[in-house]
Amino acid sequence: MCAADFVLYEEEFRHLEDALRRLRQEANAKAVFLIDKNGQQIAAAGEIEHFDTTSLASLTAGNVAATDGLAKLIGEREFSVLFHEGQQDHIHISIVAKRAILVVIFDDRSSLGLVRLRVKRANGELEKVFEVMLQKGEKEAQGSTHASPFAEITDDDIDALFGE
Amino acid sequence: MTFINYASKEINCKIVYYGPGLCGKTTNLQYIYNKTSPESKGKMISLATEADRTLFFDFLPLDLGSIRGFTTRFHLYTVPGQVFYDASRKLILKGVDGVVFVADSQEERMEANIESIRNLEQNLNEHGFDLATIPYALQFNKRDLSNVVAAEEMYRTLNYKREPTFEAVATTGVGVFDTLKSVAKQILIELKKR
Repeated sequence: MCAADFVLYEEEFRHLEDALRRLRQEANAKAVFLIDKNGQQIAAAGEIEHFDTTSLASLTAGNVAATDGLAKLIGEREFSVLFHEGQQDHIHISIVAKRAILVVIFDDRSSLGLVRLRVKRANGELEKVFEVMLQKGEKEAQGSTHASPFAEITDDDIDALFGE
Repeated sequence: MTFINYASKEINCKIVYYGPGLCGKTTNLQYIYNKTSPESKGKMISLATEADRTLFFDFLPLDLGSIRGFTTRFHLYTVPGQVFYDASRKLILKGVDGVVFVADSQEERMEANIESIRNLEQNLNEHGFDLATIPYALQFNKRDLSNVVAAEEMYRTLNYKREPTFEAVATTGVGVFDTLKSVAKQILIELKKR
C-alpha cells in the first residue's frame, strides 16, 4: 500500500480536543467535529451525543470529495469552505492542513460570520498540531520510536475476532 | 490508509465493494447489516436513486471487537456500478485498505465484469494503489441462477493474482461473510507487517 497509516497519539489528540472545545465555545456552536478526509472521525466537542457521529463523518467526507471533484472540473484546486443552511441548524465545513475536515454545527444562537471568524483562528492552531503529527509520523517511518502493538498480532488473534 | 488512534485505542479500516452494475454489492452489505448484532453495527447509509440504484455509495460501519486492546472497526463502502458513475467510484477508493470485487456470474455479464476489473485497476492506480498488492477478495455472486458461467471458467477469466475467491448468493447470504472475513484478515495481516 502506498499511503502511510494515519496515526494519532494521546498528546496530539488532547491538543486537538482542546482546540475544538475552544472553537465550540467561542463560536457558540452546538458541536464541532474533526474528520479525516477518508471519513473517519478524529476528534469532537460539544453536544455530540445528539448526532450519529460515524455517519456524519462518512457523509461529510463524501460531500467534500464530491465537491473537490467539482472544483477540479472547473479548474479550481479545491473549494476550501462549504456551508449548508437549514431552517434551524447549519453546517460549516472547511479543510484543515489539506488532510482533515473541520465541521461546525450551529443554530441561531450563533451566526455564519462568527463561525467563519473563529474557524479561521482555530485553523492555525489545528494546523500546528497536524504538523507535529506529521513529523512524528516521519520519525516513526525512519526508525520506530514507538513499538507497534500490531507487530505481535497472531493468526489466532485475527481468527478470534471473527469468532472462529 | 488505516487510521490508528492510540488515544481512543481504535483501528479503523476501509473496505470497498466494487463491481459492475446490479452485481449485488449493496445486497452484500444489506445481508451483513441484517445478520450483525445491533451493538456491532452502526447505521447503514444508502445514497441511492428513486429506483434504488446506488447513486454515490452505501456505507456500513462494523465493529468487530478488540484485538490487542484496540477496538477494530471496518467501514464498508460500495461504489455505484453503472459505467457513467466513474468519477464517484474513483472518489470512494480514496484511502481504501482492502477491496472486494463482486462479479456477476451470469453469462451475459462477463464482459461487464472484465471491464469493471480493468476500471478498478485503473482507479486504484490513480490513487497510488496497486491491485497486485492491496488486500483483495473476489466473489462470484448469483450462483443460484440458471445461466451462470462455470466457477472454473470465471476464475480463469477474472482472477488477478490468485486472490481468495468465493462463490456466493448474496440474497441468501451464501459466501457473504466468508468474503468479508477474507479481506479483513488480509488487511490485519498487512497491518502486522508494517
